[in-house]
Amino acid sequence: MDFLRYGRSPWGETIAQHVSWNLFWASLFAGILFFLAHAAYMLFSAHRKRAAAETDALEASRRDLPAKIERHNLSARLFHWVMAASMFVLLFTAFLPVVGVKFAWVQWHWIAGLVLTASIVFHIIHATFFLDFWSIWVGPKDIPEFKAEMLREFGHDVPGPKPGKYPLGNRLYHLAIVVTGLAVTTTGLFMLKAVRTPMFVRDPYFISENWRGFTYVTHGLAGVGLVGLVIAHVYFAVRPEKWWITKSMILGWITRRQYLEHHEPSRWRVGAAAPSTGGAPKTAGQA
Amino acid sequence: MAVIRDVIPVFELYQPTTIDDAVRLLDQHGADALVLAGGLDSMDWLKDRLKKPRVVVDLGQIKELKGIREANGGIEIGAMTPLTEVVKHPIVREKYSLLMQAAELVASPQIRNQGTIGGNVSQDTRCWYYRGGWSCYRAGGNICYADTPTAINREHAIFDADRCVAVNPSDTAPALVALDAQMVIRGPRGERVVNAEDYWIGPGIDITRMNVLQPNELLTAIRIPATMAGAQFYFEKVRDRQVWDFPLVNVASAIKPNGGNIGEARLVVNAVSATPKRLRSVEAFIAGKPRNEETANAAGQMAVQGAQVLRHNGYKVPLVRNLVKRAIRGSEGGSWTS
Repeated sequence: MDFLRYGRSPWGETIAQHVSWNLFWASLFAGILFFLAHAAYMLFSAHRKRAAAETDALEASRRDLPAKIERHNLSARLFHWVMAASMFVLLFTAFLPVVGVKFAWVQWHWIAGLVLTASIVFHIIHATFFLDFWSIWVGPKDIPEFKAEMLREFGHDVPGPKPGKYPLGNRLYHLAIVVTGLAVTTTGLFMLKAVRTPMFVRDPYFISENWRGFTYVTHGLAGVGLVGLVIAHVYFAVRPEKWWITKSMILGWITRRQYLEHHEPSRWRVGAAAPSTGGAPKTAGQA
Repeated sequence: MAVIRDVIPVFELYQPTTIDDAVRLLDQHGADALVLAGGLDSMDWLKDRLKKPRVVVDLGQIKELKGIREANGGIEIGAMTPLTEVVKHPIVREKYSLLMQAAELVASPQIRNQGTIGGNVSQDTRCWYYRGGWSCYRAGGNICYADTPTAINREHAIFDADRCVAVNPSDTAPALVALDAQMVIRGPRGERVVNAEDYWIGPGIDITRMNVLQPNELLTAIRIPATMAGAQFYFEKVRDRQVWDFPLVNVASAIKPNGGNIGEARLVVNAVSATPKRLRSVEAFIAGKPRNEETANAAGQMAVQGAQVLRHNGYKVPLVRNLVKRAIRGSEGGSWTS
């Protein structure tokens, strides 16, 4: 199986030009295989959740918490859905022609790419200055949580830490999306410079032949990677036990019980216990 | 970059005698196969060693692909019919003289004897960066060398460029669109018929192909209905060398008069984009108007709206404007026929 396609520069050098579309099929297959394997696993999984009695007790002791806890404010939700829409447009415009559905896709693709880029810039600013920036990242501090989650998956009742605002899987997924998303948008902007748009005079010599090849290959690798990642994301979004998270991305809030059942209050403080950022007092769910 | 070696690459040659056999072979070998009609386009690729097909399917032995027949009030031209035969055919000359004029202006007599109408409409673009073996968009790469600030792009597109600026070089294509022709295509799943206007595809849809033919499909015939038979026709081709050359721009029009005014009209220009460009807005504008200088001038202006020129092909804008004007008004160089 070829991974890359090569061409020759005007000077006779062999240069990488694109990823092979075999990688698209591989990513599509991997994404579908993952959700089938995970769905099969979940049917027989011994995954342990917090016991209902324990959650009842927690809820009784935390009547001070609001009944609805804000998980995603309006700006965050708008960003998410704009990004999701642009991502779907990008994937469909990129890969439908590959599977044989031919249409004039380039204009739709770069417009959606600009929307995605703008939404990412907005998100970086919003997350850096108005949200708890570090709550989404993974690091050594998460190793105990990872161990506890693994043990729960194998049927052990583990008292260890529950997630903070974002489950570990969320944070790992975010990391993958950051890498692929930044790769695909950065390279996309370089590629845009060579396309006719109403915004600026195109310049195909903006980058050298070798760098152009590198840009296209990186864009392609990130693009095919996103196929598998988006399949996995949509799969988890519609899974019954994850639906409360998806719902919170639509409505913005989760219930007090969901908060206590799925999160570690010490790692995601809400209400009066919420830490302040930037001098402004934090209201519930602004972590 | 291309070096003519005159020694074509090794391939397996198949010479089927029926359309079914040819389609079966194409289906079997897919993109590894090259279809050989008159060979005038294909042999260039082979001699330059820019295409190295594993299999060549020569259509020369398939009798059912040749000849011109009357059908449903119009005519059906086999895809392997030589251009000379098209030019000389009495029905073509009598009812569809637009096609006769266009075919007669293709290249030279020798080439018209060998070249087929199917090959003429399905030929690849002449962009020399592409045909020179450069790894451009059309060749599967990621740049158009003809659309760069230093490119030699005198013959390239002024309309509908989408990354690639190559143009369709066919003379018969615009005439067929003006005549409302249909292309009969045979594939492993049977026959399909597409309007000539939809036969060619631009780079926005598929940057590596000039027409809708899949690797396992064959253009078998071209049907010209009676719709525009006997209309007033105009064809003019502008080229660098009057002896024989590809068009810089050509124009084909078919107009049915309505009283003293223009009735139904079909106007097509070619060599200005990757597909023959039907000027629908011009057609709508001139319908019902008198055929005079004023109408022709306005139509010419309208025809070039939206043109985007490259460094060396700006001359195509006044050329299209004037050709469209002449196609409506008539000229000394080219004349109306019916």
